[in-house]
Amino acid sequence: MTLSSPVFRAVATCVVPEASRLDAAQWDEMAAIVGRAMAARPRAIQRQLALFLILLEWFPLFRHGRRLSRLDPARRTKFLDQLQRAPLLLVRRGFWGVRTLVLMGYYGRAAAAREIGYRADARGWEARR
Amino acid sequence: MSASRSYDIVIIGSGAGGGTVAQELAPLVRDGVRILVLEKGPRFADQEFTGRELEMADALYQDGGAFLTRDGTMTLAFASAYGGSTVVYTGTSLTAPQRVIRAWGVPGLEHADLTRRSAKYAEQNNVHALDDPLINDNNRLFVEGGRKAGYLVEQFPVNVKGCRGSSLCNLGCPNQAKQGTNRVQLPRAERAGVEVVTRAEVLRIEPDRTLTVRVSQKAAGTKGAPSEWAPGDYAVRARAVVAAAGAIGTSALLLRSPLPAPRSLGHGFTCHPALILVAEHARPITNDVGHPKSYFVDHGASERFVLETCMYFPFVTAKSLTGFGATHSAIMHAFPRLQMILILACDHVASGNRIAVSRTGSPIVHYRFTPETIDGLVRGTRAAARIFFAAGARRVHAPADPPLLETADADRLEERVTARHFRPGMLAVSAAHLMGGCGMGRTAADSVTDAWGRVHGLPWLRVADASLFPDSLEINPYLTIMGLADRVAEGVRRDLAVVRD
Repeated sequence: MTLSSPVFRAVATCVVPEASRLDAAQWDEMAAIVGRAMAARPRAIQRQLALFLILLEWFPLFRHGRRLSRLDPARRTKFLDQLQRAPLLLVRRGFWGVRTLVLMGYYGRAAAAREIGYRADARGWEARR
Repeated sequence: MSASRSYDIVIIGSGAGGGTVAQELAPLVRDGVRILVLEKGPRFADQEFTGRELEMADALYQDGGAFLTRDGTMTLAFASAYGGSTVVYTGTSLTAPQRVIRAWGVPGLEHADLTRRSAKYAEQNNVHALDDPLINDNNRLFVEGGRKAGYLVEQFPVNVKGCRGSSLCNLGCPNQAKQGTNRVQLPRAERAGVEVVTRAEVLRIEPDRTLTVRVSQKAAGTKGAPSEWAPGDYAVRARAVVAAAGAIGTSALLLRSPLPAPRSLGHGFTCHPALILVAEHARPITNDVGHPKSYFVDHGASERFVLETCMYFPFVTAKSLTGFGATHSAIMHAFPRLQMILILACDHVASGNRIAVSRTGSPIVHYRFTPETIDGLVRGTRAAARIFFAAGARRVHAPADPPLLETADADRLEERVTARHFRPGMLAVSAAHLMGGCGMGRTAADSVTDAWGRVHGLPWLRVADASLFPDSLEINPYLTIMGLADRVAEGVRRDLAVVRD
């Protein structure tokens, strides 16, 4: 299970709907950001993420008869919403971790910062005059 | 094979505590005293502070600013660099409240003494209130909204010189305006002959006062200068050791060292757990330009929270919002119209909240939210929402269900914002005021050090950072750390004089 896998993309497009409009190069940039962040984390966390992505993909099969990446967006969103409210801390934490990585990959890109109107500049006030 | 070195005084860490001790002891170099500062992080050149979010977070912070607590419900932010966390704070400079120091009840630690010492560093660091023309809309709206909502809004004195308003303080000032120890105390110490070695991690301290130090190589393509020493392991002998590696670093170091440490080592960890709240205005405001943190509301004593103005970067903002999907994206796309407030809970020492080490010696932080801490966050969220609405915001994004509070909700915040929306693992709680682990007190039965930072039973070992706090400080801690470090330096000088006599 990798960060370019269908399940990661399925979660990413639910968390940030605009991610579905990214082209291949932009997806690669997002995956590279997430990949770098994961590579710097302890191996145990890397293993937990890989395992959680596998569970994410297959768990809906028992409930909805399809894997997560094959669910329609509405059902996928509903499923992920249930995870973030799950009674079990472990499940909430797992979803929170994947969500954080998606947001890092998407909003960590300079293009995304520009797109949302973020304009911080080292020159400060001078850059706004 | 380890290389051996020998010094009179070794200071571990170069932040608010270590940098202060280094400066205060530096005059001793003239008398032939050899002083070494060992810093785990690298030394950055001015042009390396680019203000780019992920790049700087990776370079400056441990785990990119997302060091996870053991149960994964909170991230802790602390820097690893020449200057420690003073490189990444916003420079807000408050002195310890009298009621807090009194409540600590440390025999021999007087509020007046701490205030006097903190004032010395406030002057050194050019602490002052920013002039009105430098205040941005994000801060102005907090003042307006806060006053309309009936709160006492106070201005933060900040330690800047020539601030251009980049708003990038937490990523290291790109204009070298912030007067951290990397700009003031460490350069002074180095000019006086104190040796500072970066990329040098102290693995453990032996009972014979030998430190095992690992100097790491600069990895290709990474920021920062190479270490002043060749990469490898060193055995550094010292007559006196001052541990100032931060609450987590110092506690973990002492825990993995074969020393007869007091029982309470690692215990008493507090951190002011914090939430970022955002609100959307109808028109664009200046928010990502100007000093980000100029005002605060202190309800620490009455309601266990402090509110501070703040402004964060795209990823940190995105992860701090509750939920996901279209609503989340809509708020992110309103970035130029966002006002932000940071809510800090004034947590207190709780059984089980402590610093430990893994089998390999890595730090582990055990932290559970007490009902009182959650209550502080809930009350703080309601207060922040009141301020946002009073400032004219049309909606507030908060831990609630649904997470958007509309103006119609302003009168029923008690109902909309409740503790059930603050379940750990459902919201982005982070902390940057890491305190405790080597608390001061009377004896080894109730504490790790005395009021002068000396570890009970180990007269040659002192602690000089926020790990000394026996409970939370309830305000931004750096000036208090400097005041305590000043006392530690005085203690070291006294010891040295006794040895010479």
